[in-house]
Amino acid sequence: MRACPEQYDLISPGDLPSVLALLANDPGKWLPVAGGTEVMVMFSAGKLPQHNLVNLWSLPELRQIRVLEDAVVIGGGCTFAQIRAHAVIAAEFPLLAQAAAWIGGIANQNRATIAGNLANASPAADSPPALLACEAEIELISARGSRRLHYSGCHLGYKRTILAPDELIYALHLPRRFAGWRSYARKIGTRNAQAISKVCIAAQAKVTDGRIQAIRIGMGSIAPVPLQLSEVEDLLAGCSVDRLPVVESRQLLNAAITPIDDIRSTMEYRRHVAGNLLEECLRTLSEASQ
Amino acid sequence: MSCQRMTMTVNGDACMFEAHPMERLLDVLRETLGLTGTKEGCGEGECGACSVLLNGELVNSCLVPVAQAANSQVVTIEGIGSPGKLDPVQEAFLHCGGSQCGMCTPGMIVAAKYLLMCNPKPSREEICEGLSGNLCRCTGYMRIFEAVEVAAQREEGEAAT
Repeated sequence: MRACPEQYDLISPGDLPSVLALLANDPGKWLPVAGGTEVMVMFSAGKLPQHNLVNLWSLPELRQIRVLEDAVVIGGGCTFAQIRAHAVIAAEFPLLAQAAAWIGGIANQNRATIAGNLANASPAADSPPALLACEAEIELISARGSRRLHYSGCHLGYKRTILAPDELIYALHLPRRFAGWRSYARKIGTRNAQAISKVCIAAQAKVTDGRIQAIRIGMGSIAPVPLQLSEVEDLLAGCSVDRLPVVESRQLLNAAITPIDDIRSTMEYRRHVAGNLLEECLRTLSEASQ
Repeated sequence: MSCQRMTMTVNGDACMFEAHPMERLLDVLRETLGLTGTKEGCGEGECGACSVLLNGELVNSCLVPVAQAANSQVVTIEGIGSPGKLDPVQEAFLHCGGSQCGMCTPGMIVAAKYLLMCNPKPSREEICEGLSGNLCRCTGYMRIFEAVEVAAQREEGEAAT
């Protein structure tokens, strides 16, 4: 380990109002840490610039999954193990359950939280494509109050989000209107387990009478932010599943994405695979027996 | 920041110690408490060599700041089986040749224990997934997977008697 723990401060206020008061008193000073699966890696490598950390792990206010009549509300501090194991999420939001299962090994799923995954704002994160495809809303909280917005507007740029320095991700709201929608998800990584994605996709479509009534497609690792493919969605809405405009869809995708070369893959490979995944997605959603 | 006095129950024993809150649970276990069975492999949550149970859940102890483990229950490899009576998982690793150099073995056994606690009769696929966060560079994994299957059968047999 390359870090000196004595140069860091980690305090545990113990409840949410105390954490929010701390963040409000000195915005930007404190780095929230929950399961530590990102922050502790940076810390151990001696690359964590913030030296003042505030502990969110096991704040009870953030650890609940509530099933309401019209939405499932996932507390920001819920782990991916919790999300995977939840029966209503598995039944109604299989894309999110699948993404939760993709994340790291079991030990990391027991610690990594959904708010951490979003606040860290990596374009390669596993849960954003599913949240985009599920039209999630994100609820932010601070000592000033709370606000709720479409998750699709949450990411401003590479590793940048709409979160103010005094805000935390309080919850994700998943509208319960996708019963009967067909879904498709795939992650391309170096190996099946424990690998960060080169490209990943999550999509769901409402198909009735052989036509796509609506489709939602989220993709990761192909732009500075997780991307909802709105132009492709608009093109496909109303199309017959027998004659889907695959070539045009690929062209629109190609225009929308800006993949890069990095340690995990190349721009060229990502561009090619993203197109193939979209094509496989459309074929799968068309063929699924319903 | 200065050291803080903390308590933690480790393998059933109450422990009191002083640590900086950002010290890794792994380092407190190994260096402060002398429990060197837990290994450090990658130090970044990829290899599982430092696996322990924290309040009954499998975690990588290299990614846990010790302040988050204060007042908690920790089980390390030293708390699984005893020199006179090995745990069925440990016996199965011996029997099947599931351990070679030994670096991954403590973490692998803790992860296998956790898997069997959650799922007493795992399929081969579920075993692969349950141990996917634990890397082994010697065995090629097959003997490890066989050991977990044997342990599951033995534990089932013991439960039946």
